[in-house]
Amino acid sequence: MKSAQIHAYLSENYTRRRWVDRGMRLVLFLCAVAALVPLFSVLGYVLFRGVPGLNLDFFTQIPRPVGEAGGGMANSLVGTCILVATASLLGIPWGIAAGVYLSEYGRTKTAHVVRFATDILASVPSIVIGLFIYALFVVPMGGFSALAGGMALGVLMIPTVARSTEEMLRLVPTHIREAGLALGLPRWKVILRVVLRGCVSAITTGVMLAIARVAGETAPLLFTALNNRFWSDSLTQPIASLPVQIYSYAIAPFEEWHTQAWAGALVLVLLVFVINIGSRVFFRGDAIGRE
Amino acid sequence: MKAEALENSAAMQGPWSISLPTVKRFKIKAGRGDLHWGDRLFFWLMSTAAVGICGLLGLILAFLVYSALPTITQFGWAFLVEKSWDPVNGEFGALAFVFGTVVSSLLALLVATPLSVGIALFLNELAPRRVAKGIGFLIEMLAAIPSVVYGLWGIFVLAPWLRTTVQPFLGDWFGFLPLFQGPPYGVGLMTSGIILAIMVIPTISSLSKEVFRAIPRANREAALALGATRWETMRLSVLKSSKTGIFGAVILGLGRALGETMAVTMVIGNRNDISSSLFAPAQTMASIIANEYAEATTSLHLSALAEVGLALFAVTFLINGLARLLIWRMKGRA
Amino acid sequence: MEASTQQDPILRIRSLNAWFGESHAVKDVSLDISPNAVTAIIGPSGCGKSTFIRCLNRLHEEVPSAGAAGEVLLSGMNIYGEGVDPVGIRRKIGMVFQKPNPFPALSIFDNVVSGLRLGGVRRRSILVEVAERSLRQAALWDEVKDKLHAPGTGLSGGQQQRLCIARALAVDPPVLLMDEPTSALDPIATAKIEELVLELKKQVTIVIVTHNMQQAARISDRTAFFLMGELVEYGETSTVFTVPKEERTERYITGKFG
Repeated sequence: MKSAQIHAYLSENYTRRRWVDRGMRLVLFLCAVAALVPLFSVLGYVLFRGVPGLNLDFFTQIPRPVGEAGGGMANSLVGTCILVATASLLGIPWGIAAGVYLSEYGRTKTAHVVRFATDILASVPSIVIGLFIYALFVVPMGGFSALAGGMALGVLMIPTVARSTEEMLRLVPTHIREAGLALGLPRWKVILRVVLRGCVSAITTGVMLAIARVAGETAPLLFTALNNRFWSDSLTQPIASLPVQIYSYAIAPFEEWHTQAWAGALVLVLLVFVINIGSRVFFRGDAIGRE
Repeated sequence: MKAEALENSAAMQGPWSISLPTVKRFKIKAGRGDLHWGDRLFFWLMSTAAVGICGLLGLILAFLVYSALPTITQFGWAFLVEKSWDPVNGEFGALAFVFGTVVSSLLALLVATPLSVGIALFLNELAPRRVAKGIGFLIEMLAAIPSVVYGLWGIFVLAPWLRTTVQPFLGDWFGFLPLFQGPPYGVGLMTSGIILAIMVIPTISSLSKEVFRAIPRANREAALALGATRWETMRLSVLKSSKTGIFGAVILGLGRALGETMAVTMVIGNRNDISSSLFAPAQTMASIIANEYAEATTSLHLSALAEVGLALFAVTFLINGLARLLIWRMKGRA
Repeated sequence: MEASTQQDPILRIRSLNAWFGESHAVKDVSLDISPNAVTAIIGPSGCGKSTFIRCLNRLHEEVPSAGAAGEVLLSGMNIYGEGVDPVGIRRKIGMVFQKPNPFPALSIFDNVVSGLRLGGVRRRSILVEVAERSLRQAALWDEVKDKLHAPGTGLSGGQQQRLCIARALAVDPPVLLMDEPTSALDPIATAKIEELVLELKKQVTIVIVTHNMQQAARISDRTAFFLMGELVEYGETSTVFTVPKEERTERYITGKFG
């Protein structure tokens, strides 16, 4: 009798439960769709508003004064390349070395502290890094410069590169290191020739992702590299960059500048996506990536 | 490592082992004790780079404190609770920016948390593997879009839409709440909150997905075998045991939202004031630095902005420390 | 068919097949399971016995890339029939797993009544009553009655497994599937579960998968021997273990392979 009662209860609610289940599945599906709406909206607008501004001038000319039609962002494109290159010189070797330390010598207390510091550094707002570089470089050097901007971006690269390098090196099985050591190679040669070489493409992927990230950074450049309406190839002078130029065009009240801003955004997004997706494809070809 | 193991076994024999002739023990440890000169140099290089990161972090802190020293000595704690910000007369209080940062970030979490958890559940529990992979990739792309591009989109697409459609609607129907009063500017706290929500969704959803993935199949089968529907299985076996993990994910999302600069600077309206309405323009700690630092002239002004940066640094430090602690505790339990 | 003399079978399995992707895990199995008896499924590991039992409550299909075909009739109704919702089936056919899996975030009490709560039973008096009854049925009541609100994961392995049995019994299923329920337990806890199984068969039909032949011989009324996804032999336990009809069964039972 008791059990009949329970069965009755259970089947009574059955229809409702099934509807709740279906409803919630739909809700969860819609959550995923909702997140894709802004993605496609951003990409769609960047594409449709950006394409009209793209022409040969955009890639070959520097900005013209207000009111004059035409002009381009050639100097910003070159500036971004210079900044990213400077940043890479600082960030990549430092990051990889720290990653090697964390992976190969990483069981000590020091390593735990370093790991913690790396995570914190990765989460420091990029604008705060800008403040730091301003005090460290801009003030002593007496002015805004490409070098300062590159340093700011470089600092941002370090933690990303370090953590991805550590993760990749950890995927290399211990027996491979032991095989190297057993051949009588010194440890540093084993690490460089066997461990690192085994995952060059994986580390490259991490590095490329870090580059894609800093290439789009604006905030730390605002008062380090500043901006420049003209050509500049000097590391000690302010320099234009794609993100800062987009920013200053976007907040200005001129229609033709807005067009330039959208075109610049299209180029920036393409750049970032190509590096991003390209490096993933690259990684897929790697031995560790397949596992 | 071998030597350590030997040492341990020797220690375990401890009291009941007969006394052996004392043998000099070698402690072999990777790195410091390496004998080869190349190994020593290599270790030294690598550890300098690694410890250098700690040094860098310390240096950042030191330079921020140094830059902020004038205002710290002049205003003390009042800096954080005072509202007036007047560079011309040398009065500096950061309360309005703290308010803008907190409100826009909380709004972002309010929108992003349920969405992100929903996405993580959908990707991990419902979607076929291919679909999950595809959508997961697209959501990662959401994180790859540069902040300034979000800002551009915010100025020319999101803000106008909110001004003409959403905000008038909210004002008409919920205008009795102070939150939805005043003219719809488009730019303001609400717009920043929504942009930030979009930007933290990838963070929160991917971390939640990791948390869900760590739950063994057996837990889900327990619920299924009991006659639970899919949704009930998620509630009973997945959500209930991952509260801490989701909390950690949200905290990390918060860390990201608090420090986000460009997109917010472009859509928050830049007004140094506190208003109860979400429609109102405001200013965040990050946006005031972005707006004024390059143009600040007096040293006190620069110092005040540096102190805002220092506060931002301190908050992100605390938040990420907390999140790491949570993750450690979770790992300890598993 | 031969042994269905006294009672009609509660489960009739007709040409059941199951796959994992390309691999054919259960091949065309047909057998009848009599009510209020213990049916043991034995066979070497990887012979499809777990997959087979997981088809009986349609849990198999929850694994990605898994598929099943055939008929399983529960009191005459095909659970693989069109429009049949697996959720309802699983409430009628309970299951206990290899490793004890109480819900980690729930107390002992909440674990036991979780099936009822899912079904929308809210009234406290009913929940309390059923919890006590199920825990008594699972021979766990005396050990946990003072700490019903402690977390279920705090119990010992054997207690956790009995908690899982109590949880399955709480919704009063006519059939209980057990997938190697003692393989993760020590001998004493195993003995308790076996005792419990013999007690429970008065009220519930039990299908138990085991890799332990002695266990099958001790507790089951009928035994099915699986080999490489096929049902080799099925009959009274005493017959299967003493005078098997098939040579393959004999070789397995005498330890010649597997």
